[in-house]
Amino acid sequence: MSLPSVAQLAQDLSARRISARELAEESLARAEKNQALNVFVTRCENVALAAASAADVRLAAGNAGVLTGIPFAHKDIFCTNGIRTSCGSRMLDNFVPPYDATVSHQLNDAGAVLIGKTNMDEFAMGSSNESSFYGPVKNPWDTTRVPGGSSGGSAAAVAAGIVPFATGTDTGGSIRQPAAFCGITGLKPTYGRVSRLGMIAFASSLDCGGVLARSAEDCAHVLSAIAGFDAGDPTSASHAVDDYLSALNRPLAGLRIGLPRVYFGAGIAADVGTVVHAALAELEKLGAVLVNVDLLHADLAIPTYYVIAPAEASSNLARYDGVRYGYRCANPTSLEDLYTRTRAEGFGAEVKRRILVGTYVLSAGYYDAYYLRAQRARRLIANDFNTAFAQVDVLAGPTTPTVAFKLGEKSSDPLAMYAADINTVAMNLAGLPAISVPAGFSNGLPVGLQLIAPAFAEARLLNIAHRLQQATDWHARSPEIAYG
Amino acid sequence: MSIDSTTVRQIAHLARIGVAEQQLPALAAELNGVLDFVGQLAAADIGGIEPLAHPLDETLRLRDDVVSAIDQRDAFMRLAPDAQSGLYLVPKVIE
Repeated sequence: MSLPSVAQLAQDLSARRISARELAEESLARAEKNQALNVFVTRCENVALAAASAADVRLAAGNAGVLTGIPFAHKDIFCTNGIRTSCGSRMLDNFVPPYDATVSHQLNDAGAVLIGKTNMDEFAMGSSNESSFYGPVKNPWDTTRVPGGSSGGSAAAVAAGIVPFATGTDTGGSIRQPAAFCGITGLKPTYGRVSRLGMIAFASSLDCGGVLARSAEDCAHVLSAIAGFDAGDPTSASHAVDDYLSALNRPLAGLRIGLPRVYFGAGIAADVGTVVHAALAELEKLGAVLVNVDLLHADLAIPTYYVIAPAEASSNLARYDGVRYGYRCANPTSLEDLYTRTRAEGFGAEVKRRILVGTYVLSAGYYDAYYLRAQRARRLIANDFNTAFAQVDVLAGPTTPTVAFKLGEKSSDPLAMYAADINTVAMNLAGLPAISVPAGFSNGLPVGLQLIAPAFAEARLLNIAHRLQQATDWHARSPEIAYG
Repeated sequence: MSIDSTTVRQIAHLARIGVAEQQLPALAAELNGVLDFVGQLAAADIGGIEPLAHPLDETLRLRDDVVSAIDQRDAFMRLAPDAQSGLYLVPKVIE
């Protein structure tokens, strides 16, 4: 038995076999029942029921779209007017934005029903959801394991069947890695494809909004609603938005898939490699041709990322000063004391570590050695992809080097945690779209296949993922929790 | 390049993050771990490469110089930890 897709739910809603209100109530009840997963920072029952009633009016009037009445969850990084937006941090524990992110607007306009705001690594800095001020999320497949991060709450909410889709953001793998760990489909679009307005900034040249859902088709429906130019985002792309739905069923005959040798290298667990090769064999059966390729500077990706991302974070997070909004320390004795204690108490350990690293690499005397060198390496990494895409249509490999690891296993070792991003950070550096698709299981835990495409070729990724999902059923399997 | 407690104190000051004296050595060790790791870049042969700031190598566009946002001053001021008469309040800066 598989959980209903967005398209199935939309059909049930439009045929009035179920009401949006009933769907919202069911989703809220599942959220309530699965509290132990710690998926939500904030559940918004009243807002959800009001939105569901409005959706029912639209459905009755016949002016509903495919997302009208569909329950969803927002990663708690998207500003929601009147609903607390914490970004997983004590710093914003009391922050209730007076405006909506563009993505929030778009999904509200589409009639989707917001059930709650999902838990995440603090300011999206983490790969396990353990840096959240609100405590870690549990993986629905094995509650002793992490769901991945930083969009861990969103991935777990979808995997556990609480909502059919959730928003996420991806700065170095934060949509794809939790999607892989939770056995769902996660799409990181091209940089600039989805508006960053109202999406709380971590590293502005890397941050991408995107979607987590159970299938590529569901991702296509949601991406159709949130992709597009936004004048309010200075780096929004004006490139025309493709028709993602009509591209889903294109045949894969002759598709050239490049396998970067490094993505199957020494750091990749043998079980993950085996499962991914089996999934690639399914794509071969559908007519795809597999070709080995090289990304010559791939080994520079993680060090480059861990210079650029902290540098941008140190600049972006300078705004949290205890003056205008968010946390303020008690009884400040001077302005300096106000700043330093507010930031010492308001930020968690990983966020402080990254701000300090970022401050150092941008400081006088070290800028050239670290930041400028990282920007040069970034161009080489981006050029490698351009070279590869002259030979192949997409690239593929394991999304993550291992299946979901145990809670606490890496939380005291930042470098071990950073290494978990080995196959995902380069696409953010190069601004490319990438998707993680369920590829099978190892000892009952999901494995993700990552597909990477040239800029603005999201339709190609969704097409390949959809054809794979038509031929296999890995994406349709859910953890026992989802059926309880 | 290894950093010591003095450097950490200075970075923490630049970042306006309070760090207790007794935490400095442990923090220095943590940061050295990260900096040693990213220090791999020093060995890369990348001297003549043009730096890449925007992932798709695009430049920021300019918007027209027109009013585009509504006045939400009151809504934003209500978020302040301490405010009065439209002003943010902080501890005394000038004696």
